[in-house]
Amino acid sequence: MSDSADDIKPVSCTIKPPVYLQIGDTKTDPSHSGVCVVDVTLPFGKPVNIEEITFKNYYTAYVTVRLLRRSPGQEVPAKWSTTLRDLPLMDNPHTEGGSQDYFSIHRTQMQVEPDHVVSVRLILRQPSFAWLTFSLEDIRIFPHMEPDPEKEVSDWLSDLTLVDQHPDLEGLPDPQTVSSSIQQMWALTEVMQTNQTTASIGRFDVDGCYDINLLSLT
Amino acid sequence: MLPPSRTSKPRRFRRRANRAPMKRMDDGTELSLTIAQIVQRLKGSHLHSQIERQAKECLHQPEIKLESLKEDVRSFLKTSGWERKLQNAVYRELHVQLPPSHPSAPPEHLKEPLAYMRKAQASWEKRVLKSLNSMSTELEVPLARMRPAVEQKELTNKWNEMGTDEPDLSRFRPVYAPKDFLEVLIGLRNPNHDSSEDVSIKSHWGLIQVPLNVRDIPQLRRAYSELNLTSGQLGIDDHAHIHPDLFENEYVQIGKKVVVEQDSAAAQQYSRQGCPTGLRADLWALILNSTNQPQDVMHYEQLMAGVIQHDLLVDNLIYKDVKLTASNDDYYFVFEDFLYQVLLCFSRDTAVLEHFKYNSATPPRSYIQGKGGDEECAVVYPPNGVIPFHGFSMYVAPLCFLYNEPSKLYSVFREMYIRYFFRLHSISSSPSGIVSLCLQFERLLQTHLPQLFYHLRQIGAQPLRIAFKWMVRGFSGYLSTDQLLLLWDRILGYDSLEVVAVLAAAVFAFRAENLMEVTSLASAEAVLADLSTLKVIPLIQIFLFATAI
Repeated sequence: MSDSADDIKPVSCTIKPPVYLQIGDTKTDPSHSGVCVVDVTLPFGKPVNIEEITFKNYYTAYVTVRLLRRSPGQEVPAKWSTTLRDLPLMDNPHTEGGSQDYFSIHRTQMQVEPDHVVSVRLILRQPSFAWLTFSLEDIRIFPHMEPDPEKEVSDWLSDLTLVDQHPDLEGLPDPQTVSSSIQQMWALTEVMQTNQTTASIGRFDVDGCYDINLLSLT
Repeated sequence: MLPPSRTSKPRRFRRRANRAPMKRMDDGTELSLTIAQIVQRLKGSHLHSQIERQAKECLHQPEIKLESLKEDVRSFLKTSGWERKLQNAVYRELHVQLPPSHPSAPPEHLKEPLAYMRKAQASWEKRVLKSLNSMSTELEVPLARMRPAVEQKELTNKWNEMGTDEPDLSRFRPVYAPKDFLEVLIGLRNPNHDSSEDVSIKSHWGLIQVPLNVRDIPQLRRAYSELNLTSGQLGIDDHAHIHPDLFENEYVQIGKKVVVEQDSAAAQQYSRQGCPTGLRADLWALILNSTNQPQDVMHYEQLMAGVIQHDLLVDNLIYKDVKLTASNDDYYFVFEDFLYQVLLCFSRDTAVLEHFKYNSATPPRSYIQGKGGDEECAVVYPPNGVIPFHGFSMYVAPLCFLYNEPSKLYSVFREMYIRYFFRLHSISSSPSGIVSLCLQFERLLQTHLPQLFYHLRQIGAQPLRIAFKWMVRGFSGYLSTDQLLLLWDRILGYDSLEVVAVLAAAVFAFRAENLMEVTSLASAEAVLADLSTLKVIPLIQIFLFATAI
């Protein structure tokens, strides 16, 4: 069963513009504190169980993820909790490593179950003064898909090991082993017949012609 | 560095006991993915069919029993050495494999993650292509043409002595020289980098202004621990006045065992302390998994046929480069013919195109018969996608001392190129890339020889301007051959070009006294003009392990 992100569409959410926290009076002393907050609100009235959050980094050193969750049914106000604190995205905040890489945060990495989430808050930190700006790009939230219950049943059915009852065969090889080794030999010949080669042919011309005028500059 | 990622299978009932944020992809997933990729690459390879044939033939042998078919075939393959060959092939694939990446990452991100470096590489390439196009137009020499039958026959006849040919190469100029490339690297800027303050604690005195992560001496000491003062080294402890029983004899014995075992990984580890001269050829071939099987010889002959059939403009560039560099070198001029045989074939080898998956560079394209835009007529030029520059032949020249059989020499060179040398002339953020090496050289110098660096800067002799040409060639042509080979032993052993940057800094450290006296760039160049007497391993060892920090 594939649960690759290609099959699942990201949840449509509103990503608010990043808010860079400032120290001191913004008019007279606009110094960056190196902290930025990005709020991602999920569709109103439709809380999401999150499977994964993916994004592309742009010079953020650490990210903290906070979730606003509202338990279904009960009239309890929604609560904020921190689900991941200071995940390092860059090996060294002053140097390039990881600065433009793609990342995923999976629900299994989260300290708090990301279910019934109404809003996600990403707190970005970049303590280094080397960079002019930092942010996250292309933030996407993927919903958790419940695994197919039918599959579950068959999965643990196959986990049951069959207890072998060896019939008493005098002098004859065990039919199980014979059939499995014949199967193996058959598989070997099958493989040899259907050999798909990834090796390249090696021709650089097109039907023997390699008359080139100019190199393409695009 | 691997991003945190999800596991491939849904974890239904597991709760992670350890809630620490996970940076790496789950180890199990990463391993499965790597294995799947390697299996895919080895499938259909010659080794694959050879092992299958061996497995089929061994069924005749009495010790292979039907009940334990799988185990018996496996142990046969092990004892006959085929398992080791497979291990070596897998080890080789691990060297050239792309690191596991995020599913959203596009292919260009895998070639080079930083957008501004991709851009810089693309515009550099465009300049080179324009230059090649104008050369072709001005000189009225086509980029490629089919040789007439007479010419093909003539070339076949003098294949082994192309050096005797004296074609008129005066009209041809190299497409670029290392110093042109250096100017591009100096101009590299990260648009997001705050360089508003000129002098600050982070001020960098050198020419490279991109903040890549490079290792400092404490980190290098840990990474290159086999080079420390207490370990024996070839290049130091095999010196004439040291009794061979102290280190050399035993070390050579170990080397012989490694060659007999035919183990790539062991050979690579061994090479860190140097390769004995008599074993070096075998050890390097093992590390690079360069076999000289019939199919390799056939491949080489196919390339030869490609050279005979078509004449390329880049062939003239190769001729010119060999004539200008290797032929003028006291050590390498005897190998002139070999160099043509290797480099001309190299240009025809489409197998080299594979390495562009992890090279930030892109092979130049063209269309046959002017049918621009028609993808059916699209070709790569030259067939291997690599445009040679001034000094390129020096990558091959030292190998001629080790291998005298052209197809073997070719095979070793090609593997060295697609693992290491390509990084020396493409713009990337790789730790073994030329940008990182330049930055590392400058940082090491600024940190450990600040007075010298400052002095040279003041007199207008930026150290990188002198050291760049050494690093771009991996020191080939600047050191004496035996010393160069000892250096390249460590490149192979540590699978990294870092040691080239370390040596460059070590050379400056060694000549520091003289350099402090000079008052101009020209005199600084003169002090560092002749490196042929240097002993590289002591220099590297002292710089890494005896520098006070």
